[in-house]
Amino acid sequence: MIPARFRGLYRPAFLVVLALVLASIPLWAPRFWIYIATQALIFAIFAMSLDLLVGYAGLPSFGHAAFYGVGAYACALLALGHIDGLVPLLLAGMLGAGAVALPIGALSLRTSGIYFLMLTLAFAQMLWGLAVNWTSLTRGTDGLIGIPRPTLPWLDSLKVSLYERGPFFFLCLVIAIAVFVLLETVARSPFGRTLEGIRENDRRMRALGFPTFRYRLAAFVLAAMVAGIAGSLAAMSNGFATPDLLYWTVSGLALIAVVVGGSRSLVGPALGAFVVLFAQLGLSTYVDRWELLLGALFIAFVLFLPRGLAGLVRRA
Amino acid sequence: MDVLNLAHGSFYMIGAYTAYTVVLATQNFWLALLVAPILLALLGAALEVVFFRRLYRHGHLPQVLMTFGFTLVFVDLIRSRFGPTTRAIPPPPGLGGAVHLANATFSSYSLFVLGIAIVIAALLVIGWRLTRLGVVLRAGVADKEMAGLLGIDLPRTFTFTFAFGAALAGLAGVIAAPEFAIYPGMDANVLILALVVVVIGGLGSIEGALLGAAVIGLGYVIGATFFPQFAIGLIFALMAAVLIFRPSGLLGRRS
Repeated sequence: MIPARFRGLYRPAFLVVLALVLASIPLWAPRFWIYIATQALIFAIFAMSLDLLVGYAGLPSFGHAAFYGVGAYACALLALGHIDGLVPLLLAGMLGAGAVALPIGALSLRTSGIYFLMLTLAFAQMLWGLAVNWTSLTRGTDGLIGIPRPTLPWLDSLKVSLYERGPFFFLCLVIAIAVFVLLETVARSPFGRTLEGIRENDRRMRALGFPTFRYRLAAFVLAAMVAGIAGSLAAMSNGFATPDLLYWTVSGLALIAVVVGGSRSLVGPALGAFVVLFAQLGLSTYVDRWELLLGALFIAFVLFLPRGLAGLVRRA
Repeated sequence: MDVLNLAHGSFYMIGAYTAYTVVLATQNFWLALLVAPILLALLGAALEVVFFRRLYRHGHLPQVLMTFGFTLVFVDLIRSRFGPTTRAIPPPPGLGGAVHLANATFSSYSLFVLGIAIVIAALLVIGWRLTRLGVVLRAGVADKEMAGLLGIDLPRTFTFTFAFGAALAGLAGVIAAPEFAIYPGMDANVLILALVVVVIGGLGSIEGALLGAAVIGLGYVIGATFFPQFAIGLIFALMAAVLIFRPSGLLGRRS
């Protein structure tokens, strides 16, 4: 038995081991798997941002892919406009997603629960329709292609390029860890605690003098901005941005990642993102009807593990 | 029922493909109109009893995720059976022509759809307001425990209602089949429109859904006529306007 006084170290120790394992991937994994791990990291950032909404603020958004997609398009448009540099491109994705999230959040948050879920879904599908139809800006279903990755002067001097898989993977890993630390800090801050209070009892928090609508809206926009970062990275990683990024199945996959991993833990949804992505990829490599099996897998998860993988750990 | 079923669009899609299969095999549209609702009622009842029933007490999120899983399963099944291409069926014999009414020309199939829609809408409103089932259902949604204590067999009522809803979605799919394209992905399109309609009209109100459908239908057609690229934008604006002034929908109860 491990003495009880070490219990508090489980999580930090697990996180350090996880980060080290992830960081070692480019050293031993085949090239193709480095690419997949990069995609999974980007999706993990996206899932963590959704966990802030679903887990901490108790806002079940089914339209989070909208901000992922808007982030990707904002980054793509800027990069195709010959603007180079990591910071401006990530900022574009972040601010673009945040700017779209502000009105959508302000409208959707006038409702709650099942209404909120349906509304976010409807708004996101409308943005998808816009991405398909506004061809002069988005080139419709063809999407924006040939998006360059940024160059970093200090990396250039080391003769390292982000077009190589290893360095780009590390970039995503660093950003994922930064996002994790940021969201963890937010969740533990007075702001995060207030959000949890609002989730549990909105009326009481209002009676205590908290402007609950503004807190929710702030959480909504913050989550969207983080999703925008993930979207920018996706645009850089793929080299293209298509309306598919905004499609409702992407929102659904992210929600599945959150629930599979266990909401309100941040690590859980990040791991859930890996599970979902590898399940999708593993199935689609070996089976023709992989979507069918993926759907069946999700149904089984909801039936047998409603609290996710993190729920298993917590029960033990 | 206070259940959010994302697979409802799938029922509509399955209805349309049933129509396609039946019409291809027998050339008989009316048979499809009979077969599809029965098939979907059975499917809906089976899904409710085996899967969804377990989730009512867990809140909305698990329902949403499970029904999302089912949409993936259904769309892939359809794709494996019929392929990704768009299909079409002709309107039933006798309804392929046009009708002249008051200086305007209508396709007779559109008029037929309008007629069916009015009949079904009237039956739904009457059923919801005046029949025993309607009362039981409203009571069950308002307060499950109390309704159960009063001796109402809620599980059976819910199964029946779910099956009925699935049958209606299937019927809609059959009716839509000669008018619109049949393709895997039509489920998502119709689902989003249905969600918008219900949000605008107000949850738990049949009349609200009818009103919402009228608003969205008109909005969409007007938008498509005057600025086709952004027809969806007009729906967006309509929905925003309703939400600003009546957050619980045009005819919804205030929460």
